[in-house]
Amino acid sequence: MTELLTEYLPILIFLMIAIGLAAVMVIASLIVGTQRPDSEKLSAYECGFEAFDDSRGQFDVRFYLVAILFIIFDLEVAFLFPWAISLGEVGAFGFWSMMVFLGVLTVGFIYEWNKGALEWE
Amino acid sequence: MSAIDPYILSGVIIVAQILAIVVPLLVAVAYLTYAERKVIGAIQLRKGPNVVGPFGLLQPFADGIKLLAKETILPAGANKLIFILAPMLTFILSLIAWAVIPFDDGMVLADINVGVLYLFAISSLGVYGVIMAGWASNSKYAFLGALRSAAQMVSYEVSLGFVIISVLLCVGSLNLSDIVMAQKTVWFAIPLFPMFVVFFISVLAETNRAPFDLPEGESELVAGYFVEYSSMSFALFFLGEYANMILMSAITAVLFLGGWLPPIDIAPLNWIPGPIWFFLKIAFVLFFFLWVRATMPRYRYDQLMRLGWKVFLPLSLFWVVLTAGVLVTFGLVPA
Repeated sequence: MTELLTEYLPILIFLMIAIGLAAVMVIASLIVGTQRPDSEKLSAYECGFEAFDDSRGQFDVRFYLVAILFIIFDLEVAFLFPWAISLGEVGAFGFWSMMVFLGVLTVGFIYEWNKGALEWE
Repeated sequence: MSAIDPYILSGVIIVAQILAIVVPLLVAVAYLTYAERKVIGAIQLRKGPNVVGPFGLLQPFADGIKLLAKETILPAGANKLIFILAPMLTFILSLIAWAVIPFDDGMVLADINVGVLYLFAISSLGVYGVIMAGWASNSKYAFLGALRSAAQMVSYEVSLGFVIISVLLCVGSLNLSDIVMAQKTVWFAIPLFPMFVVFFISVLAETNRAPFDLPEGESELVAGYFVEYSSMSFALFFLGEYANMILMSAITAVLFLGGWLPPIDIAPLNWIPGPIWFFLKIAFVLFFFLWVRATMPRYRYDQLMRLGWKVFLPLSLFWVVLTAGVLVTFGLVPA
């Protein structure tokens, strides 16, 4: 257990150094740069005229659909990782189990395709 | 000199190792921006930056100092905290992924046995920086840019995942050093060539590079999700993006181009130390990034999504099945 944690210690230290570096860079620029804000400067960019409203509105549901499809396929990838590295040990049964799973998934993928979930116009 | 606390000593060594990664990385990022301008300049028969310092070599530092001295603008309508945190997150993630990259046999900061999963997790988190920036800016261009960028990144991450799986099938380990050592006889770019191409193109989309740079498409979204950023918070995005390019090139080198291994293990080639081969391979992949940017016109968004979901996803899924099938049929599965 301790050995396992020691392996990850450099990553933790790296994370802290990276956070420190990012914070120092932002703060240094706040100190070095002259800050002279005014209301025009602080308004949202909109090609030269005043913004009609802010961006907290509706957006295309397709982005949502992509996110859902992503979750399905990314989970599948996460599921494939352990299978891929232990293929030598799980043998023929393990291999064919995953093929059945991928087959089911392919059926779902064909359904999505035919339903037009992957179309953008 | 009595007993130095062994914990402090090992802590100092780790910090020194981290600095030995971060400092060259940041210099590499600086010179990647320079190389980009020079290469694109050469391709378009221009000179590129040549005023600041000899051959313009000090240009990246001049740019950095200029950005440091600029005013940090916090838009009135923005969620201030998230607005500041987003570029920091992008930058931090692009740095810490380097912890598991092997530069030579045993030359790696954290030799964890789930290296590939770690990289996969870190690169997935990259979407958060984009989404946070786009949402917190409270500007329409930034918001649309962030949405596009997030959808694009997650779409191509799926095929990246499948490509990585087909490499893992040939290795039987998630450790990056093992992946490199498995390429002693032949680099995976040769037997898995179609996957190598899919991987490279997906990496272009994943890092929002041309021809997939729609999230920052100047002609329609001005600068995409970082339109409201200025000064160092802009610079952090910029650094993060370029550090990510170098990181992805390094991952390409590790997965497909044999990492630190020389092309053929014969006399004059294996005298050259591993880190230099690794560096050369990264530079080679990076040159492709720049070359593609100078040559290709930008994709349209529906073409981009079509390529990701309807071409790369079925192709890489098929290739995973094919690789597994071939390995099992011919009894080549690594134990």
